[in-house]
Amino acid sequence: MGILEVKGVGKRFGGLQALGDVNLSIEENTVHAIIGPNGAGKSTLLNCLVGKLIPDEGSVTFAGTSVLGRKPHEINQLGISRVFQTPEIFGDLTVMENMMIPCFAKRDGAFRMHAIENMEQETGLIEKASTMLQDLGMYEKRDMIASSMSRGDKRRLEIAMCLVQEPKLLLLDEPTAGMARADTNNTIALLKQIKEERDITIAIIEHDMHVVFSLADRITVLAQGTPLVEDTPDNIKGHPKVKEAYLGETQQV
Amino acid sequence: MLGKKILGLNKKDTRFLLIVIALTLLTPVLLQPFAEGSELAQFNGGYPDLMQKIAIFGIFAVGFNILFGLTGYLSFGHAAFLGVGSYAAVWMMKLLTMNVIPAILLAMVVSGLFAAAIGFVSLRRSGIYFSILTLAFAQMSYKMAYSVLTPLTNGETGLQLSLDDPRVLDRAIEGSSLPVTNIFGLAMNASHKVEVLGRVFTFNVGYYFCAVIAVIAFYVAIRLFRSPFGMMLRAVKSNQQRMTYTGLDPKPYTLAAFVISGMYAGLAGGLLAAMDPLAGADRMLWTASGEVVIMTILGGAGTLMGPVLGAGVIKYLENIFSKINESVLHSWFHWLPDGIEDVVIWVFARFTGEGWHLTLGVTFMLVVTFLPGGLVEGLKRLSKRIREGKTKRDKYDGSDPEHHPAPTKRVAGE
Repeated sequence: MGILEVKGVGKRFGGLQALGDVNLSIEENTVHAIIGPNGAGKSTLLNCLVGKLIPDEGSVTFAGTSVLGRKPHEINQLGISRVFQTPEIFGDLTVMENMMIPCFAKRDGAFRMHAIENMEQETGLIEKASTMLQDLGMYEKRDMIASSMSRGDKRRLEIAMCLVQEPKLLLLDEPTAGMARADTNNTIALLKQIKEERDITIAIIEHDMHVVFSLADRITVLAQGTPLVEDTPDNIKGHPKVKEAYLGETQQV
Repeated sequence: MLGKKILGLNKKDTRFLLIVIALTLLTPVLLQPFAEGSELAQFNGGYPDLMQKIAIFGIFAVGFNILFGLTGYLSFGHAAFLGVGSYAAVWMMKLLTMNVIPAILLAMVVSGLFAAAIGFVSLRRSGIYFSILTLAFAQMSYKMAYSVLTPLTNGETGLQLSLDDPRVLDRAIEGSSLPVTNIFGLAMNASHKVEVLGRVFTFNVGYYFCAVIAVIAFYVAIRLFRSPFGMMLRAVKSNQQRMTYTGLDPKPYTLAAFVISGMYAGLAGGLLAAMDPLAGADRMLWTASGEVVIMTILGGAGTLMGPVLGAGVIKYLENIFSKINESVLHSWFHWLPDGIEDVVIWVFARFTGEGWHLTLGVTFMLVVTFLPGGLVEGLKRLSKRIREGKTKRDKYDGSDPEHHPAPTKRVAGE
């Protein structure tokens, strides 16, 4: 039984069957990649996992609890953190403040009226946030306004914000989209480091085969809203069905 | 002890608060720079009515800024809470006592509840829809105060004190004339005048009462700005999507900010009634809501001092410029040749007296265009200019706005 179990999930947008009978099981402490050509339903699937969309049928359970019908912030509190395609950070706030917010969310839950307390008294949380920034090599940038950083650093910060919550499952939506090769390689190195150092399950949606094959333990190939195959990277590489999905049908002569 | 905090503020904030306290206490002197009877005496603003208004609208704007400056939610109906606060305070004076303390407490409670109800509905939407919803609610309140709620609001006449009010606690001491608002027997309209160097300074009980409340309100605002809660409110403004995916529910945060700022407005409304015990529906009109928006933006939204500055400037303009009529202008320009004098007076008359709104409009336009951060930004630039010396080197020296652009509001989306 995996930490995330997706059973028979289907989602329809008007006449378009975006997802149909998706079954997926993500094992604890693995990196599971979901790949597929454009329009395969990768993002729809991800949105079903984090509460942004509610599937028409099927079930999604995380660590034994159903996530269906829960709001995104409740799902996060269960232990799922999400990294977006374009880094979603608090642009107007400093890097340190960006880190403190998930720390508060983790400790105090979805809402707490802490209007009279002082930020500087929260030494425990400041410590935690600083350690995380140091781990990811961003401590020197802690007083910068987040929006003034480079895209690579924004991505790094977003990942740090997710990790500081110690999630059980980290969802990454095309973490290297629009990045230069060097930035992509940095991100891969960072994710590898995270995978080795922490007890964490990572689900990654990706376009870039280079990223997928350097990180994933298992790969699910999605095409036209249904999983085509699920296997280890080595077996996926030469799989005829995958080639077909990506390159079009082979012509019989 | 190193790093010890006074009242929970750090060194910089403590110094800031002390400056604000000093300015507030000295306002009767600072706003009275011109000698009595001199040409410029009409620019003196140190009379109780104006000073009270500056303090009260300062509170209103500081509260408004907690919502607008921190969360970015632009309420266009905050005057409703001001009005409700006034009505509540006058009712307290009619039913219980002329002491202003219970009156302003009730004003805050009632406006807080009212804000919770309106906020609960309005905060389902954001951006322009939120603004329109709050505007609609405020206009509804205004219309209702004139129509169905007449028993509570006394309609167009406005809610006033009368001799046959119960006033349970004051029964025994009541005379044959209308009682005055007081704080434990000290009348709000009592003043002490001091004449120094030809200048007459008026120290008024009502103003000092408002000033003390304003300083407390300001102190609470500083604490709130520096608290984790204040940071969450800025997070709401910055990126709500990230906030929800970080496990936080933005709704209760925005609602709490809305209620707090509604209570500030109610407090201001209560104080207005405490200074002058009557309440009319006019206080809820949309122009009154617009005024607090202008105050906040003119002074600098999201800054602590900005709203107070904005309130001060607007109330000063309103009271001083509106008093300059044609005969005053005539006395200024009588030395000009007749034809030219008429033209000059005609031009100036557009900007003064009834036309003071034009002055306000031009000021507002200039500030928004050249100082997007409001008057506070202007002061900051000025003090920087003075500190770094007047020698302006090239634009690549010092801070470089081109390469460190001010953060812009980001629209979250995937």
